[in-house]
Amino acid sequence: MVRLMTKREMRTMPEVDLIEGFRDPLHMKALAEVIKKECVSKINIMEVCGGHTHTIMKFGLSQILPDLIDFVHGPGCPVCIMPKERIDHAIALASMPNTILATLGDMIRVPGSKTSLQKLRADGKDIRSLYSPLDVLKIAKENPDKKVVFFAIGFETTTPMSAVLIQHVIEQKLTNVYFHINHVTVPEAVEAIMSSGDAKIDAFLGPSHVSVITGYKIYEPIAQKYKTPIVVAGFEPTDVMESVLRIVRQVNEKKAFVDNEYARAVSREGNVKAQNLINTYMEKRTHFRWRGIGDIPLSALKLKDEFAYLDAEIIFKDVLPTQELDDHKMCICGDILKGKAKPFDCKVFGKACTPSNPMGSCMVSSEGACSAYFKYGKLSQKGGML
Amino acid sequence: MSKKILLSHGGGGEETQSLIKELFFKHFDNEILLRMEDAASLVMESKRIAFTTDSFTVTPLFFNGGNIGKLAIAGTVNDLVMMGAKPRYLTCSFMIEEGFLYSDLEKIVLAMRDEMAKSGVKIVAGDTKVVPKGGVDGLFINTSGIGEIVYEGISAHNLQEGHAILVSNEVGNHGACILAKREDIELESELKTDCASLWEPVKALIEAGIKIKALRDATRGGLSAVLNEWAETSGVCIEVFEEKIPVANEVKGVCELLGFEPYEFANEGTMVLCLEAGEEEKALAILRQFDETKKAALIGSVSTKYVNKVVLSTPWGSKRFLEPPKGELLPRIC
Repeated sequence: MVRLMTKREMRTMPEVDLIEGFRDPLHMKALAEVIKKECVSKINIMEVCGGHTHTIMKFGLSQILPDLIDFVHGPGCPVCIMPKERIDHAIALASMPNTILATLGDMIRVPGSKTSLQKLRADGKDIRSLYSPLDVLKIAKENPDKKVVFFAIGFETTTPMSAVLIQHVIEQKLTNVYFHINHVTVPEAVEAIMSSGDAKIDAFLGPSHVSVITGYKIYEPIAQKYKTPIVVAGFEPTDVMESVLRIVRQVNEKKAFVDNEYARAVSREGNVKAQNLINTYMEKRTHFRWRGIGDIPLSALKLKDEFAYLDAEIIFKDVLPTQELDDHKMCICGDILKGKAKPFDCKVFGKACTPSNPMGSCMVSSEGACSAYFKYGKLSQKGGML
Repeated sequence: MSKKILLSHGGGGEETQSLIKELFFKHFDNEILLRMEDAASLVMESKRIAFTTDSFTVTPLFFNGGNIGKLAIAGTVNDLVMMGAKPRYLTCSFMIEEGFLYSDLEKIVLAMRDEMAKSGVKIVAGDTKVVPKGGVDGLFINTSGIGEIVYEGISAHNLQEGHAILVSNEVGNHGACILAKREDIELESELKTDCASLWEPVKALIEAGIKIKALRDATRGGLSAVLNEWAETSGVCIEVFEEKIPVANEVKGVCELLGFEPYEFANEGTMVLCLEAGEEEKALAILRQFDETKKAALIGSVSTKYVNKVVLSTPWGSKRFLEPPKGELLPRIC
């Protein structure tokens, strides 16, 4: 979330309260007690966002919740859902002469069909892993003779920063910056999972940071159509526990509406300014192929036609591979992203597939479910001491 | 124009001599170094000698609470101290990029001098190379050190059921400080590196007769790496409690923002201690007398529940393995 915060906002952030206040042991234990008392039926809760998967695993929340509550991990990890052919795009772009490829975080670790950006970087290609997309401006100015391609990834959370970057590039008349846009959207993915009927999901934990931008209204059609409670939850342990309790209560009362536990940051309308900025430069793609899930209509964004001169997918079309590539057949990332399977169900988990040598994308990204299970879940896998 | 280091400063001629005399000899001043022989001739009382080396590269070279020079002294001193050795002599090699600011080099040398004073260690031999622009990133320093072992038997193989596990300070300060500076993350308060020589507190522990089983400074890979190495080397389980591990609020903030764990961040003056059962309170009382270890805490103990593993308990009773750090530290995206 650092990219969405200005320095002034960060300075005014009371960081102590924002962490310890939401990890109070007494509060946690009390919530666990109430949930245990009130939960009377089996509830499968899908947490859409990889951030929640991590909170659940890192803080061992399943260990203090009743067995009736089962978490199903959703598709909300931007790196995990990127199909191999798009990663190959990044690799092709980074391999162009006189080019700097910039992207965010652990995107550089994900293997494409032949190599990863990290390996390519070791081979001498100029690949930058940024904390803030706006760093692209500095890189472009310092390297006027080079093409700088920003490989933009992420859900609604990171899209506004790409839009701000586009705005700056245009205003500052930089002529050496290009965009490869891979921004995806949550509601269409959730709709795809629900309409397939594959996963048995009784309720959702709604994403935190995505909802800050979009507002919680975007989930209302899903709650209504599938009669499924959705509680937008913060990322802290007490946020998740409180949200689970609210889900239990909706289920008990046979209700299904969108509730907002993360009210300290999320409103119904969201950040309208950010939404407008996105809409200025980007529009929906007719379809986008999600890794493991497949084609989902209108589930991603692209640059509007009037900004085609910034669009790396158009300008460098000739170097970009077009073949669609599927995962290794042993890898069940697709089923995990759809909520049909859990990491421990995978035969290669922790053996042929580890964070140091990942086969599937859910292991690569630190936000992926497999990575969370590998890092935090092995004790529960042993089944002891809980 | 501000004075800069030129290739000629490393050429072995007059300029090299003046750099050595006006900067290094001036500040590292001691009899052995000033003799200017090809090698230092040393006399050591003890027969058990600890010998170590480390190279230092850091971006940025200057950070809150220190610079690469301080790091280069404290790092090698601590490697000796972690073996129960009194640090005695160091060698020091500078690899300097052409065009490096003389005034910056002087600041670094002064920091080295000040840090050496804290443990009484001396630089007795050195080398300077200047490489063409782009050859190194500003400045690399290598230091080697020897010390006299005054407390024998410290080893990562020693851990047994019941032993107490302590840390000497908050964990993650150095890693978070460097990251914040590198990525231009502004914090409300000044987060400082923990960089410090640990000889004084360790000497006090030894003199008080504390039964030390293992010591390790939690540098790269942080607390998590040390605990995991110990658990594996000794074939035991280390159980630690999240609420007992001291972590500065700023470090928690940086970690939460970027999706890191403070236990994986590097430290440069924070050690992990394994002590015989029953020694912990006495040791804590001693450590808390020193600035660099005043936030020392008992964080857990050794058991045999899950051999080769580190178990971290949350304050609400859930548990997980603390896995050793892997790969490059990359921030989360959402």
